[in-house]
Amino acid sequence: MAELTLRVNGSEKKVNVPPETPLLWVLRDTLELTGTKFGCGAGLCGACTVHVEGAAIRSCATPVSQVAGKSITTIEGLGANGLHVLQKAWIAEEVPQCGYCQTGQIMAAAALLAKTPNPSDEQITQAMNGNLCRCGTYERIRRAIHRAANGGVAAAGGA
Amino acid sequence: MSPLSRREFVAAGVAAGAGLVVGFYLPHGGKTGKEVFSPNAYLRITPDDKITIVVARSEMGQGVRTALPMILAEELEADWKRIEIEQAGASTLYGDQTTGGSASVRTTWDPMRKAGAAAREMLISAAALTWGVGRAGCTAQEGGVIHTASKRRLSYGELVGKAATLPIPSDVPLKQTKDYKIVGQRLARVDTPSKVKGEAVFGIDYRMPGMKYAVLSRCPTIGGKVLGFDDKESRKIPGVTYVGKISDAAVAVVADSVWGAMEGRRVLTVNWDEGPNKDLNIAAVMESLKQAAAKKGVSLYSTGDVSKVAGRRISAEYQLPFMAHAPMEPGNCTANYQGSGCELWAPTQVPQDCRDSVAQAVGLDPDQVKVNVTLMGGGFGRRLEHDYAVDAALVSKASQTPIKVMWTREDDMRFSTYRPASLHQLSAVLDGAGWPVAFTHRIVAPSISGQKGQPGPNGIDPDLPDEAAFIYGLPNVSLEYVLAETPVPLGWMRSVYALQAGFASESFIDELAAAAGKDPLEYRLHMLAKDKDKDQDIQYFTTTWHTARMRGVLQLAAERAGWGKPLPEGRFRGIACFGCFSSYMAEVVEISMENEVPRVHRVVAAVDCGQLVNPGIVEQQIPGGIVYGLSNALRARITIEKGRVVQGNFDDYPPLRMDEAPTVEVYAVPSTEAPTGIGEPSVPPLAPALCNAIYAATKKRIRALPILG
Repeated sequence: MAELTLRVNGSEKKVNVPPETPLLWVLRDTLELTGTKFGCGAGLCGACTVHVEGAAIRSCATPVSQVAGKSITTIEGLGANGLHVLQKAWIAEEVPQCGYCQTGQIMAAAALLAKTPNPSDEQITQAMNGNLCRCGTYERIRRAIHRAANGGVAAAGGA
Repeated sequence: MSPLSRREFVAAGVAAGAGLVVGFYLPHGGKTGKEVFSPNAYLRITPDDKITIVVARSEMGQGVRTALPMILAEELEADWKRIEIEQAGASTLYGDQTTGGSASVRTTWDPMRKAGAAAREMLISAAALTWGVGRAGCTAQEGGVIHTASKRRLSYGELVGKAATLPIPSDVPLKQTKDYKIVGQRLARVDTPSKVKGEAVFGIDYRMPGMKYAVLSRCPTIGGKVLGFDDKESRKIPGVTYVGKISDAAVAVVADSVWGAMEGRRVLTVNWDEGPNKDLNIAAVMESLKQAAAKKGVSLYSTGDVSKVAGRRISAEYQLPFMAHAPMEPGNCTANYQGSGCELWAPTQVPQDCRDSVAQAVGLDPDQVKVNVTLMGGGFGRRLEHDYAVDAALVSKASQTPIKVMWTREDDMRFSTYRPASLHQLSAVLDGAGWPVAFTHRIVAPSISGQKGQPGPNGIDPDLPDEAAFIYGLPNVSLEYVLAETPVPLGWMRSVYALQAGFASESFIDELAAAAGKDPLEYRLHMLAKDKDKDQDIQYFTTTWHTARMRGVLQLAAERAGWGKPLPEGRFRGIACFGCFSSYMAEVVEISMENEVPRVHRVVAAVDCGQLVNPGIVEQQIPGGIVYGLSNALRARITIEKGRVVQGNFDDYPPLRMDEAPTVEVYAVPSTEAPTGIGEPSVPPLAPALCNAIYAATKKRIRALPILG
């Protein structure tokens, strides 16, 4: 067991867990932030995507000890002041079906937009290809990212 | 306790809607007190104008929490903005609550409409009595009743007390389609905001005080058993509180965190009796299908006499593999067993089956088991099973604590129930002009329901009638089912046997068109009686199929796809149509070939599913089914070696990713017919349309899935 201090969504949290525990389970079980999902446990599906120092990472394959002291953002903290522009775009484009993968999708998209405010289709595919959706919402995800990049207005052309 | 099979449920719902109305009205009728008006189990109205509509089907992404209340709200003349949705758990008030067979809308269409209409009529009566005026001068609209002459209005909330004292009418008028204000509208789904905020509670997210987590060590070979186990190392893992055998085939490890339970299992030693299938491999399974094919089967459908037709004969054999549903949310369930009762929080398509199976497993009566239904991170048929619920209840009972049972992705892949592998023998006779005059399709496959101990009449799997219809008006047709046995666990996977039947028969029709030197669209239209006076109704078990409606979707898809018009260099098209779950579907797939791998650029889909309840949801479900179908067609294959499922995660069972997702266009034939299935019908035409496009590109015929196998 190890006493670690995590900076999650802007506040400090002390946890006492085995240091090799994947960040995913500390977020979900210890901190009760269940918006981050378990999909594969092997970094293959992206359902567990969160930000560490602004970069999208797979929390299921990241030992918690590696991120101690670093700034972690989960879906619960993404829209610090109401909904994030991507969450609004996701609603406008009616992206979710089952919705299980969508928080991970939004976190991956948010990391993309932070670096590339107006991504091309190719850049979107590259950034989002690690995130699986079994409901097949990919086309709408693409549209929603274009919409968010376009100030919340449906993007002409786009996909 | 044998729960209704999925097929019986669908048949009861579709053929005899009355079956669902049994137990529909609350025993105390409308007299539930002054504070609430609840004329039936689907609806409650309170004086604050809050209207609560109960959804008695499970939400797995297909939109029932929005679509079903829309149907009731329409007849109620409710203000949609004031509707609150409540999810029913396992109940005795709603008939069979199984969510499957693309049946939720089509089987609740009548009960939900009648529930809303009865309440509306009672509220109108209550207003007329309150004002002392005739009913005829009063109308319901937007959550209130208006007396037209005096322009007075009372909201439904204000009428609750009076309405609750009135008798419930048995025969109520239903609205005309032209007067619909809610049904047919593209209303936003009620569950979207919570899902994008991460607030939606899926089964895996439910938590309760004192809850611990369990993972199970299951015998890796199909049908194997626990001989014994050594938990010394497991007990050393921080947080592990219990290790025990919970069934013949599994040992549970319980800990106060998921990670602790997973680590405890990792170091657990179990001694297995690998059982009768320890040497089974996929080659032997497929060989057993070939051997079964030599047997005579049972007729699914027959018209004319295929044996007496002479002409040019063409034959081919098709084959499909086992597949896994692989929903994004791995299996899980929360249970709290407390001696005299057990409560569950289950992401399930079968709450009543979970209730009954848990009761049997832990030695309770079904009414001592309460099942709450959570959101599901995908179902696709995997959650038509009850194994996760039984596991959770058994572990909770054994460890004497509330338990969330968790499946890892590998557990989900290896201990699933699989789409049956199948073999298809097709044969046709063409006349001098190349048109088919006889068509034979022998479906050789194991029976899902048969394996679960519920074989249908004559051994025909009860799902087949709905899912293997051949909707072409040919004079001589024979469809035959040959039962094959397999120890591989079987389950219902999105579109079930329609995927296999549709792939084989729609690919083969493309073969016939090519052999005849005819355009595949023209070929199909000819078989669908191009002349209107030759339209046929084809009675196929309980469903009547209309060749005219199939022709309608084919023509619509072809027209929107620009069928017959030139394509850019390197692009090719394929077409297929299929009918299942009472809906008609046609798809045109446009591809290019890159290093012998097909890239699907565009899919144009046309559907006739009767009245659209919410077009926005239809436009989600159809592309969803197409992407699912494309995943299946390209790479989905479960294999068995040494009695074990080989595939374990998304690396060796790779679903489609964004880079391969096509643009999908959806067109619906306008219709006022009763709504039919929408969750599954877009799956079956995709694989044959794609393979037909590959044939157009390469002249190579693909007769086995997966394409990239």
